[in-house]
Amino acid sequence: MATKEIQDRSRTYLNPYAAGIWLGLVLLMTFYITGRGLGASGSIKTAVASTVNTIAPKHAQQSHYLSQFITADENPMNNWLTFEVIGVLAGALISGALAGRLKLKVEHSPNITSQRRLVFATLGGLAFGIGSQFGRGCTSGAALSGMASLAAGGFIAMLSIFGAAYAFAYFFRKNWI
Amino acid sequence: MGPLITQGIIDPAWNNVLAVLLGMAFGFVLESAGFSSSRKLAGVFYGYDFVVLKVFFTAAITASIGLLYFSYLGWMDLSKIFVNPTVIQSGIVGGLIMGLGFIMGGFCPGTSLCGAAIGKIDAMFFAGGMFVGIFLFAEAYPLYENFYNATDLGPLKVNEVLGVSAEVFILLLTLVAVAAFYVTSLIEKRVDKVDY
Repeated sequence: MATKEIQDRSRTYLNPYAAGIWLGLVLLMTFYITGRGLGASGSIKTAVASTVNTIAPKHAQQSHYLSQFITADENPMNNWLTFEVIGVLAGALISGALAGRLKLKVEHSPNITSQRRLVFATLGGLAFGIGSQFGRGCTSGAALSGMASLAAGGFIAMLSIFGAAYAFAYFFRKNWI
Repeated sequence: MGPLITQGIIDPAWNNVLAVLLGMAFGFVLESAGFSSSRKLAGVFYGYDFVVLKVFFTAAITASIGLLYFSYLGWMDLSKIFVNPTVIQSGIVGGLIMGLGFIMGGFCPGTSLCGAAIGKIDAMFFAGGMFVGIFLFAEAYPLYENFYNATDLGPLKVNEVLGVSAEVFILLLTLVAVAAFYVTSLIEKRVDKVDY
């Protein structure tokens, strides 16, 4: 009985419209305080730039792309995203702990193996990493924050991300349903 | 008047503290909505769970209406906020690759971090993949540097493209969202439930 109650609680999520309003208010406060929206992929880009700069500083400084971000320590906005992402991890951890959802596991459809799930998760991350650089931001920084500030680019990002995912959904259906 | 840091009203020393706090609120809400589960997120593409659409649209509309009110009430100078640049070619290609990544991996960058934070190993692999993907993009950058920078229209606003005011555009966007919520609620009822 006790186990069942915990399971039910771990599957209970915030009402999606309430969550949307809360998320919108967090985004609004972020604009109000910092003058720009939320982000996620930018922090990983900064991490890549500083990692390459630590291992092979010459290579990083010669890279036309990474060299733009190596002054990360002097650029408060790049730093800002790194601290924001530390907060994201902490906030998600707290929410997961309160809901009884902390568990080390590979989540996948019963029709596929964990191994297959991990291969596709890695490939998906790889594609998202590349795409977010061409798109100058991901679902958070380009699509959501872009839409909130009415940037045309935000709407292009949203339509192309979701359009492509729907177009490709048929080919990957075995992984999900 | 906001934005507070841009205008120098808050001492920049608070910058990183506020970043952690706002990030925590962001991560907390995403996880509470179920965005730490790839199977819940993927539901939007197969019609069994439209939580992504509901949360995403509601949040974008709430924030954009909020920004208009903050400006109207004189609390915020909207000309000082960052408007993402519109780079048509690179933006579309990037979005298409991200969409492919979304359906393969079941996460986007922010949600993979939420999943990783509560122990989802698949989310950790996704985040690792992203790190490698960004590295590969940077390595091959000279091949497409021109393409990446072509058709850069700068901070272009969508309502200016359509020739309407921000207020009218947001009203139309809200109507589209409400219609989408209604239609997807009908689809959700018809599609077989997926247990996850």
